[in-house]
Amino acid sequence: MENVIHLFFIIPLVGFVLSLLVNNSKEAILSQIAFYTIGTNLLFTLGFSIYWLFQGGKSINLKEFTVYNEQDYNFFIDFFFDRITATYIVVGTIITFMVVKYSRFYLHKDPGYKRYFNTILFFYIGYVLTVMAGNFETLFVGWEILGLSSFLLIAFYRLRYLPVKNAIRVFTIYRIGDIGILLAMWMSHHLWSDNVTFFKLHNYELVHQQLESHSDIGIFISLMILIAATAKSAQLPFSAWLPRAMEGPTPSSAIFYGSLSVHIGAFLLMRTHPFWEHQVSIRWLIAIIGLSTAIITTLIGRVQSTIKGKIAYSSAAQIGFIFVEIAAGLEVLALIHFAGNAFLRTYQLLISPSVITYLIREQFYNYEPSKDKEKNSWIPSRIKNAIFILSLKEWHLESVVFRLIFMPLKKLERMLHIFKYKSVVYLFILVYIIGIYIANSNYGIPHNLRYGLAIAAGIVALLMVAKAYNERSNTLLAWTLVVFAHFYIDLAVTLNDHVDIKEATLYLSGITISGLLGYFCLKSVGISEHNNISLNKFHGFVTKHKLLGFVFLLSCLGIAGFPITTSFLGEDLILTHIHEKQVALAALVSLTFIINGIAVIRIYSRIFLGHYSHNFQNSSDLSI
Amino acid sequence: MEQNKVVFDEHHVIEHLRHYLPSQAALKDFVHHNTLHGFQHLKFHTALWEASNIFGFRTYLSIDEFRAHYRSGRIKPEILDKVISEHFTKTDNTGAEIEAWKYKILNQNFNLELTSRLFQIRKYWKDSYKFNMDKVVHPWLFRLLSSFLDQGISTWKFPKSDLGFIESLKVLEKNSFISIFKSKRIQDIFLNQNLTISNLLQVLIGDEKYFEQYLFDQQFGHPGWSGFVSVLENQPETLLKYKKISLSEVIFLELLLEIDALDHKFGTKWLPLHTNIDKDLIVPLFEKVPNGELNTLLQIWQEAYEWSYFDGVLSGVRQSSPPKNLQSKPIQGLFCIDDREYSFRRHIEKIDASFETFGTPGFFGVEFYFQPENGKFYTKACPAPVTPTTLIRETNRKSNQKSDPHFNQHSHSLIRGGLISSTMGFWSALKLFINLFKPSISPITAHSFSHMDKHSDLQIEYEGVTDEGLSIGFTPVQMAQRVGNVLRSIGLTRDFAFLVYIVGHGGSSVNNPYYAGYDCGACCGRPGAVNARVFAYMANHKEVRKILDEQGIQIPDSTIFIGAMHDTTRDEIEFYDEIHLSPESQQLHENAIEIFNDALVQNAKERSYRFDTLDSNLPLTKIHKEIKKRSVSIFEPRPEWNHTDNALCIVGRKSVYDTLYLDKRPFINSYDYTMDLDGKYLLTILNAAIPVCGGINLEYYFSRVDQQKLGAGTKLPHNIVGLFAVNTGIDGDLRTGLPSQMIEIHDPVRILYIIEHLPDVVLKTIQSNPNIYEWIKNEWVLLSVKNPIDQQVYRFKDEAFLLYEPIYTLQSANSEKDLLTVLRKEEPVLLTFKN
Repeated sequence: MENVIHLFFIIPLVGFVLSLLVNNSKEAILSQIAFYTIGTNLLFTLGFSIYWLFQGGKSINLKEFTVYNEQDYNFFIDFFFDRITATYIVVGTIITFMVVKYSRFYLHKDPGYKRYFNTILFFYIGYVLTVMAGNFETLFVGWEILGLSSFLLIAFYRLRYLPVKNAIRVFTIYRIGDIGILLAMWMSHHLWSDNVTFFKLHNYELVHQQLESHSDIGIFISLMILIAATAKSAQLPFSAWLPRAMEGPTPSSAIFYGSLSVHIGAFLLMRTHPFWEHQVSIRWLIAIIGLSTAIITTLIGRVQSTIKGKIAYSSAAQIGFIFVEIAAGLEVLALIHFAGNAFLRTYQLLISPSVITYLIREQFYNYEPSKDKEKNSWIPSRIKNAIFILSLKEWHLESVVFRLIFMPLKKLERMLHIFKYKSVVYLFILVYIIGIYIANSNYGIPHNLRYGLAIAAGIVALLMVAKAYNERSNTLLAWTLVVFAHFYIDLAVTLNDHVDIKEATLYLSGITISGLLGYFCLKSVGISEHNNISLNKFHGFVTKHKLLGFVFLLSCLGIAGFPITTSFLGEDLILTHIHEKQVALAALVSLTFIINGIAVIRIYSRIFLGHYSHNFQNSSDLSI
Repeated sequence: MEQNKVVFDEHHVIEHLRHYLPSQAALKDFVHHNTLHGFQHLKFHTALWEASNIFGFRTYLSIDEFRAHYRSGRIKPEILDKVISEHFTKTDNTGAEIEAWKYKILNQNFNLELTSRLFQIRKYWKDSYKFNMDKVVHPWLFRLLSSFLDQGISTWKFPKSDLGFIESLKVLEKNSFISIFKSKRIQDIFLNQNLTISNLLQVLIGDEKYFEQYLFDQQFGHPGWSGFVSVLENQPETLLKYKKISLSEVIFLELLLEIDALDHKFGTKWLPLHTNIDKDLIVPLFEKVPNGELNTLLQIWQEAYEWSYFDGVLSGVRQSSPPKNLQSKPIQGLFCIDDREYSFRRHIEKIDASFETFGTPGFFGVEFYFQPENGKFYTKACPAPVTPTTLIRETNRKSNQKSDPHFNQHSHSLIRGGLISSTMGFWSALKLFINLFKPSISPITAHSFSHMDKHSDLQIEYEGVTDEGLSIGFTPVQMAQRVGNVLRSIGLTRDFAFLVYIVGHGGSSVNNPYYAGYDCGACCGRPGAVNARVFAYMANHKEVRKILDEQGIQIPDSTIFIGAMHDTTRDEIEFYDEIHLSPESQQLHENAIEIFNDALVQNAKERSYRFDTLDSNLPLTKIHKEIKKRSVSIFEPRPEWNHTDNALCIVGRKSVYDTLYLDKRPFINSYDYTMDLDGKYLLTILNAAIPVCGGINLEYYFSRVDQQKLGAGTKLPHNIVGLFAVNTGIDGDLRTGLPSQMIEIHDPVRILYIIEHLPDVVLKTIQSNPNIYEWIKNEWVLLSVKNPIDQQVYRFKDEAFLLYEPIYTLQSANSEKDLLTVLRKEEPVLLTFKN
């Protein structure tokens, strides 16, 4: 029965490829492809799960294929199926199926009809990969797909400012989660000196033995996993992104933020449960995060006056509970809770436009003014009011993350006004060449100095992306900087450790191609727009330069290390050359990766999204 | 002292601002109105040009669309030529110049960038201070507003909200450890100093001459919220839970928040905005807008577009001949003037020529508040501007409202929410599944028939009881007056049939925040069932008939009036008080029901041509089933097309239009000029028909041409705010106007009134009411007259009626099959075959 397991992934992939080929005007075909693809997968999923249950419900692990294998680095795709997977895949497929059915008519006449169904199918592939992943690498591929499809659906009305702004925000938070996984992967390479499968984690003896000798590494990995899970599941302190993600068509909000996407954090915890279950401090931490989220988001939810905001916070609160259940080891309860919460919130979101009709009518017949009077309570009103205001302000959750990470960056950037385009290019190329020469030379440079130089290169890379992130006028400069930053990362790692040319090529070839392609796109758009492509506003060129927009998006993904180019593999690979004790370098590199991705998406959004041309001419973007 | 020192008059400026803000009430009271009402004192084209230049609205279709219509033949070459020559004869252009213009119109490229005079001052925050004021201030301002105004979404109510907006904020601020504001200075100002708006502007802007323009910039940064607050000030009853708030309070708070944000960012030592303003660059908001070539161009295209359709209609109207003396018919029916009822009536008369129908505003001349049994509030059942003094109560309701736990607040609480989500969640999945694959009427449906219970009783007779100043029921004299007025206005004063149906209408939909817009506009956005039933009761009343008899309207004893309601979304009908039928009339009633049902099915089929997702070739009953399914499907954003394509309003006898096929485009008010030679009833009709139909028409127009700023954009991402409005996402402005899904196939033309009467009487009549005359004189609605004496049509232009000679002869349909080829609105058609 293992040999059919990859069908879970292949069926939607076939559907996705097919639906890419269909013309946007063929609504019926597009929706039918999605409907039958997911429908088939639903039947298959149910059939498989039932059969599997009758077979005794034993965990299945299947090594699918190896992507890259060199020395002690082995990147392979691996599938795993147990009751957690079973629950997630059944619930996910049912919900996706119903949402696809719902969207068939709901999206009728929308100019983005095809884009919508493509993205939903793409999302579903990512979801399947994530919940069926047998190792971190596979999970990460799925995870990235989820993040990207989220971005695309939040910014579905891509010419309007708010959806794009919020999509960038959500992407930013997701990016933090991504790095959690990336670092967890990095450290587990060192811990297991191998690409460990989740299946192996169930081997108590093995895990116990490893953690015995490396307890700090164990804690580090668990923390990284927890960051990833917290960000993805909108737990504290990240919760405020969830309501802001409700910018796309209602059914897409339902599937993503009401139900599936937002429960993936909980999934990650359950999946890695055998790894951290014996680390009591981590369990407490999960429980505390979950409980405090449950309380705080319930309070915030109570003062929400928009229906989607309210549902979002209620959902986050229940996921907080699920975290607590997971920490307590109540896996079955957590799974039931997940399924119920996902179904409930999906339905509540899908019928949310009815709330006016329903509640106004209910009020009309049942309103009692006395009920609106405040009751006397034992809580002093000063405290009560303070909580009220705090909750209205969402406990400052929206700004806290940005203040922690991005304010320092802004300050840093103010020191960098010296960067001018030409000087940057020549200087950096020169320094890079010297650096590479030193790195590969065999002069007896002391180890400490090498490490110091590596740190310096890392700092330069970080400054570059910081500058790119804050750049307001020169788009090409910003783009060049994000590309160069990767070279400096490579430099830093090469200085630090021996990186063979094959690995460097793997990493940098993807970057170079994407970089050049992106540069070409920006240049072309710049030429046809008379160089009016500064980054201090949104331009919304996506309808005018459709193809360039798409190619540029692809190059952005390449630069951001999305699993379509070799740079994805490279990022993971490059990290293995940082030793487990070199926390500073790891921090620099990962921070650069985070900001790099955000800076790239920012460039894409500002040039291609977020603004509709306002004139007497355009009629095609009627319903943006 | 400076000569022209500008003095900032707070009250004046706020009134000025209010004048231009959108005026849309809560969604439950959706009533159509002219979106650009602020410009109504100007001529239509001037107004559109000014509105566009000042506020940056798109006010016409795009030139590309016009040119595409020209290529497809929708805009006809001869009409375009005629409009061009009419336009330029006024301006003494030579033939060559006219040719040059024509070239421009058809081929030349123009700079089509829309400019706006808004934000000239406010943009300096971004340009000079590098500070994004909107991003910092808006979300918090909107949050405070929506939390304060919320009608029932939030669980935790705004404390002490009965004190009024600023007062309750003050109480909140005073009694809290956490402040609403960020800076100490503002906290102190807010609680301890009595500053005015101009004091704050002094701090923020510094120079009085920019105050007004700054406030426009500021408030038009979120026209939805400001407009809604402005409406609440004058029409607080649009919220069931009363909220005291005013536009000046919002401005006051916003100014505080702005200063607060600046203090937070720069400390207290920033310079007021005027120090950075380059005063030579500022164009005053309302300075005269220079005319542009584009303006002329769009104007000509628009008129050519409109008259390409109207020409055909008037050509058909001119050919119509006065009615011959017909025999009295056994069944009659009064319907609403609504465009959706026109097609229904057409089908009824086609099925059985012995069924005579009339159109009159759907509140049937009876104005009252309605209180359903157990209702805690009253709903108005008459046009919005009318204030009734009567209350009609429902008693003995048989059916009860069912509830849906998904809207229960408990599902959002912590512990109970946990239990609910892990149990009821699974039930939700099942419910959703059923809703998707087998949609049916449920508690979340807005169902027209449940507005009033069919089997309940109504307290219509006045028995000396009053409630809060409203008398409960009408006296026979009052009844006779209302019944008489309606009958006289539509010319039905003799030849009464055995059965006279009074058919109101309403709509049903689900997952539709705009549900009120689907009901009867003449009943204030409610289903018209109660009015129909009340009217039928009155007209059956013995004493009423006696009084009418004295006034010359003799209703035979054998005549029975029956109330009914047509559900326009589902194409269903329901009858009221059928027990009053005599045994003889019972049979006739049954025949009538059959006619109604046939007509409903036909109407459903005709509607199906406009639904892309419904195959019109299916068998009739299947189509009807699908139509009904649409109305209860949670995934269907277009349960019906509503007033889409409305373009005409005919006031006259049936002979004016009965040889014409007008799709679903006209509003029709039956009217017999021979009984109203001095135009007295005509005035009453126009007093209602012009603002109501004109308002509907213009709201559709503007929502269609600018879906972003004047319309509500696509409905798909809408989020419900406080049960009174929608926005997109969670921190955007409120959206006003109609969503794309209601207007996307609408042809934006102004409405043309066709009145059957003598031109001079019509002129005298419209001039007697300045409000009505403003609409016509400024061409917000177009007017023409069919003169029943010389059989010619006249068009109102430049305050006079001129003979109109149609250019085209109308296409005629000789058979039912011909008709099918023109079913989609492009053309009026002359029906030359016998029904």
